[in-house]
Amino acid sequence: MSILVNASTKVICQGITGSFGAQHTRGCLHYGTKMVGGVTPGKGGTKDENGLPIFDTVRQAVEGTGANATMIFVPPPFAGDAILEALFAGVKVICAITEGVPVQDMVKVRAVLDEHNAGKSAAEKTYLVGPNCPGVITPGPKTGEGAGPASVYTNAGCKIGIMPGYINRHISEAFKKKAVGIVSRSGTLTYEAVWQTSSLGLAQSTCVGIGGDPVRGVGFIDCLELFQNDPDTHAILMIGEIGGSDEEAAAAWAKKHVTKPLAGFIAGRTAPPGRRMGHAGAIISGGEGTAESKIAALQAAGFEIAQTPADMGAAIARAMRL
Amino acid sequence: MKIHEYQARQILADAGIPVPAGQMIESIEAAAPAYKRAVAEAGLGDKGLVVVKAQVHAGGRGKAGFVKLVRSAQEAEDAARFMLTHRMVSPQTPPEGLEVKKLLVAAGVDIAKEYYLAITTDRTTRRNVLIASSEGGVEIEEVAKKNPGAIIKEPIHPLLGLQACQARDIAYRLGFKGKQVAQAAKIMTALAKVYADRDCALAEINPLIVTPSSAAHPDGQVLAIDAKFNFDDNALFRQPAIQGMFDPTEENANELKAAKFGLNYIQLEGNIGCLVNGAGLAMATMDIIKHAGGQPANFLDVGGGATEEAVTEGFRIILSDSSVKGVLVNIFGGIMRCDVIAQAIVNAAQQVGFKVPLVVRLEGTNVQAGRKLLEDARSRIPTMQAASDLSDAAKKVCAAVG
Repeated sequence: MSILVNASTKVICQGITGSFGAQHTRGCLHYGTKMVGGVTPGKGGTKDENGLPIFDTVRQAVEGTGANATMIFVPPPFAGDAILEALFAGVKVICAITEGVPVQDMVKVRAVLDEHNAGKSAAEKTYLVGPNCPGVITPGPKTGEGAGPASVYTNAGCKIGIMPGYINRHISEAFKKKAVGIVSRSGTLTYEAVWQTSSLGLAQSTCVGIGGDPVRGVGFIDCLELFQNDPDTHAILMIGEIGGSDEEAAAAWAKKHVTKPLAGFIAGRTAPPGRRMGHAGAIISGGEGTAESKIAALQAAGFEIAQTPADMGAAIARAMRL
Repeated sequence: MKIHEYQARQILADAGIPVPAGQMIESIEAAAPAYKRAVAEAGLGDKGLVVVKAQVHAGGRGKAGFVKLVRSAQEAEDAARFMLTHRMVSPQTPPEGLEVKKLLVAAGVDIAKEYYLAITTDRTTRRNVLIASSEGGVEIEEVAKKNPGAIIKEPIHPLLGLQACQARDIAYRLGFKGKQVAQAAKIMTALAKVYADRDCALAEINPLIVTPSSAAHPDGQVLAIDAKFNFDDNALFRQPAIQGMFDPTEENANELKAAKFGLNYIQLEGNIGCLVNGAGLAMATMDIIKHAGGQPANFLDVGGGATEEAVTEGFRIILSDSSVKGVLVNIFGGIMRCDVIAQAIVNAAQQVGFKVPLVVRLEGTNVQAGRKLLEDARSRIPTMQAASDLSDAAKKVCAAVG
């Protein structure tokens, strides 16, 4: 098991003919993801370099391929529209990789998404991951070199987005025989955490990059809930950063609802207030969103704290008493 | 993106929100005519109270003597002379202060009561929210600490906008009376519309005031005295008028240069330069430098799609900072390929030269190719050391800087 995506997830790419879309469609195919097609308005009926069918609309792509997940690489001005198109076409997992989507567009998208999901069970909901995120990966056991269609990295995993797949470990390859769920606001810190846990003999059940924007899709609490309910996730590592109060809210939620071992890292202890640290959402303003406040909240909720970014893997191992 | 107060006043005026008469000037000679025009437009004849304010983004203007009340054209000119020929130093400016190039000359108004009004996007509810308080003229953070009950927060429906009934309700709750209610409600609705239409991140009127009762306005007039706007950088592509208000003289020159190459650079106080891919990892790298006993000289996220040329430029910017005594490169390649970074290090060594210690930690996509490039160039970069992981990298760079 895993959360959000698995080996049977069928994925399309919106913006498949753009340079990033094409590059990462190839990357996902080589990992072993079941890429089934792509969407670029005006190019319907053609095929991409990998022979995947291209459609004019997401609705056509879903009807033609049975896709239930999408990764979005369309440019920022059109990304909000692309998310809504996927939602309206019934796609269940929408990963918006695009960085730089206007906040007001996301405010509207979230309102429509929340209305769509109101009253639905976890299984019926549509999950938006991102925008400004690296995507989601559920690792599979290594079966090939990951060098091309003839030798995919795994035949039982799923990678959607831009993460380097080969650093992940499936539980069958991890000598500690335990799998960690990872949720993070940062892409490269996720890779760092994956690499550290893999090096320590731990596997990852699923890694979710929720993105660095202030208004986004799934948050920490959504992922904590999914990981808590996933029998194959044995512990949860949460990676936050300065800005907003999502980490504090997640800590309070975890204290009540999570029974699995927890560890956390917060980036930005040295970030000056009032400056936006790369991510649109990473800013300390009006005394809110400091690393200290988030670390204190995590500690109070029983998270094992990684004192430095080099300590993330060790922190989750400590939490698991390994 | 931030703008000046005089630009914010223009946005308010364009939206139909009343502001006192005034104009922006850029010379000492323009001060006397601007004074006369402000008092005339305010209906005060040829003499009255006028305020001269330095137009800089940094706060602390009043205490620094860069906001002055004047009562004659001569006083206006004297104030302008002082502000345009002295650097403004406040806790929010660099120690050497800021040069002031623009002034706002605006009619003074009598104030019966001050309020606070702002719109921002609330990250928790993911909606725009109107924030109002009957305690205006002071920092809202202060009010939030001392008297949180005095702050009204009203969520705005993303698809409907602020409704008239909400604005009316808030106006009554704030204590506006008689004809003030309709005026205040109209200002709130207009501000909420500007916020959404202009892709703001903050639209703040502080203070929003009511003038004393007069024959012409028995209930007083509701006016915006000072305003502050921030805009969503992600949306500037569709806000050409706002983009046109950008003042490059308010920004750090290195930060602007970096932005041109798509790099995210923020200058800090320390002496260890760092070049990292990804915002989270870049912040975490600063943190681990501090943890190892050093001080980061900058935040630099080269992003995922940066070219060799852009990364080389990143090194050029870091090395141009004379306080930099060592450089840490920390790359976990995902989209970014380690060989691109390695080639940029080789280029920077050739074009700029690493006279200070350089510690490189590479991991991720194309790491073998990257390490080989650096190994082959080792003799040309004598100050370079390789690090096995993040912790090792931080220790090595701190030890090298001493």
